Amino acid sequence: MKARASARSSLVPNLLLLLAIVVLLFPFVWMIMMSLKSQVQNTAAVPVWVFTPTWENYRNVIERNNFLQYTKNSMIVALAATMIGMVLGLPAAYSIARFKQRGLSLWILISRIIPYITFLLPLFLLFTRLRLVGSFTALIVSHLIITLPLIVWITIAFFEDIPTDLEEAALVDGSSRAGAFVRIILPLVTPGVVTAGILAMIFSWNQFLFSLILGGPNTKTVPVAVFNFLSYGSQDYGAIAAAAVLITLPIILLSLTVQKYIVKGLTAGGVKG
Amino acid sequence: MTSAPTHTRGQPRPGGGFSSWLDRNIRWVFPLPTLIVLFALTILPLVFNLILSTQERSVSDALPSSFVGLGNFTQAFSDPRFWNATWLMMKFTLIAVPAQMLLGLGLAVLLNRHMRAQGLVRAAVLLPMISTPVAVALIWALMMDPNLGVLNYFLQTLGLERSLWLADPALVIPALALVDVWQWTPLVALILLAGLQTMPDDPFEAARIDGASSWQAFRYITWPLLQPALFAALTIRLIDALKTFDIIEVMTQGGPGSASETLNVYAYHTGFEFLRVGYTAALLTLLLVVVAAVAIGVNLLRRRV
Repeated sequence: MKARASARSSLVPNLLLLLAIVVLLFPFVWMIMMSLKSQVQNTAAVPVWVFTPTWENYRNVIERNNFLQYTKNSMIVALAATMIGMVLGLPAAYSIARFKQRGLSLWILISRIIPYITFLLPLFLLFTRLRLVGSFTALIVSHLIITLPLIVWITIAFFEDIPTDLEEAALVDGSSRAGAFVRIILPLVTPGVVTAGILAMIFSWNQFLFSLILGGPNTKTVPVAVFNFLSYGSQDYGAIAAAAVLITLPIILLSLTVQKYIVKGLTAGGVKG
Repeated sequence: MTSAPTHTRGQPRPGGGFSSWLDRNIRWVFPLPTLIVLFALTILPLVFNLILSTQERSVSDALPSSFVGLGNFTQAFSDPRFWNATWLMMKFTLIAVPAQMLLGLGLAVLLNRHMRAQGLVRAAVLLPMISTPVAVALIWALMMDPNLGVLNYFLQTLGLERSLWLADPALVIPALALVDVWQWTPLVALILLAGLQTMPDDPFEAARIDGASSWQAFRYITWPLLQPALFAALTIRLIDALKTFDIIEVMTQGGPGSASETLNVYAYHTGFEFLRVGYTAALLTLLLVVVAAVAIGVNLLRRRV
């Protein structure tokens, strides 16, 4: 359906859209402003809109709270859970797309419907028994519940778009099916793989509950670190805002790189952490 | 499974035995690892959770566990906190989801036009839903602070009463639902936008020639054609709203009192603060039943319509 609006009749919709964008973006703008204000400005009775920015809050969060260590932990978990999810999930997604196997969709549906905490309670008992609570292994394995179905679900659509002639030509030329998959098909679905990978990393990065329960002092991820920092009764508004900016920044940068495909990925998966 | 891929059966292929074996069995070899991992991470824990729900046990192995049958479930049914939690979960969902469906539809219609600044618009729509829930919760908690929060400043500027937001037991669930609406209206809009953009032009041309008003065109053409996208968005949002955890736990921890303690949050507190494993497993089973019933219900409705 194509839009056919004349310039005059689009004034009201444009204003409404502008209002929607202001509402959607305001919390981010406010968060950045608070992170750059002093404690006095942040606790003023009337909000301060014009001020000289200070980096004090960022310095506080990064230096006092081991923030870089937690960022590193989050990256290790997100990268590992995404890489393993790719290695396992891409062949599965290809197989589902090519041979119309729908059996796997059942599990993907289950992982979509069931509240994470239902998996988490048994996994917590199991990892306790195995003395793995607090290890990266526990975090990475549990994050596979997020990354693996997401990667499979998103890439199926991309594999389905590849015409079968290409791999058939490769098979005629004497390539094996696995060889054709790696050399012919995977390069063709690069946009899908990148989209799925980045979304998987974002949702793993955002994940709070698994990391809260299964993480330990040495494997604490950023969301958990910031939550703890808050629940110890911090009244340092600027630092809280700075911490919120620091969690959000990496995923914004990451999502901008695949902006073109990310809508397709998000609406195909429709998955949230 | 042949372990030594040295001899080939059937027609020989370049690449040797393992390669031709793989070629013949790729249909199930490729998905197998994923099936095994997902089975171990989802089905097994689910079964284990069901078993746990029939037991009285603590996280610690030092205390003996005992079989109590459906005891945990009967206990839940006579637990006022369970009913309170179930009701709050429903209330949160019933406020948040209709609001975001309605606003999402409006936003989708607004976005379904040619416009300048596409990049900015897309970024604005994407940001809320890719943001870390903990960061979202923090910033909204600061904005909803009764004394210093900028939302009360806006209310006052508009000549309205200041509000206690999260500190008011009557308002805490609507306030949390507001955050959910802010974060997930864009997803509803994107799903509906995808539905709008795949619609054929012909029925609209025909309607225009027949002199239909734009409301009639929406009511009799757009709306029916949009049903699949509407149900997809509704299913996703209902399921996720019922399961909401991060935002609530970070912003209120279920408080004030237990005024925002939804079933998810209540189960988390009994399980990981009070370490009552069996009872928690029963609560989670009941939560699962509700979520599954809603998911199935929406799908039955979809077939009716």
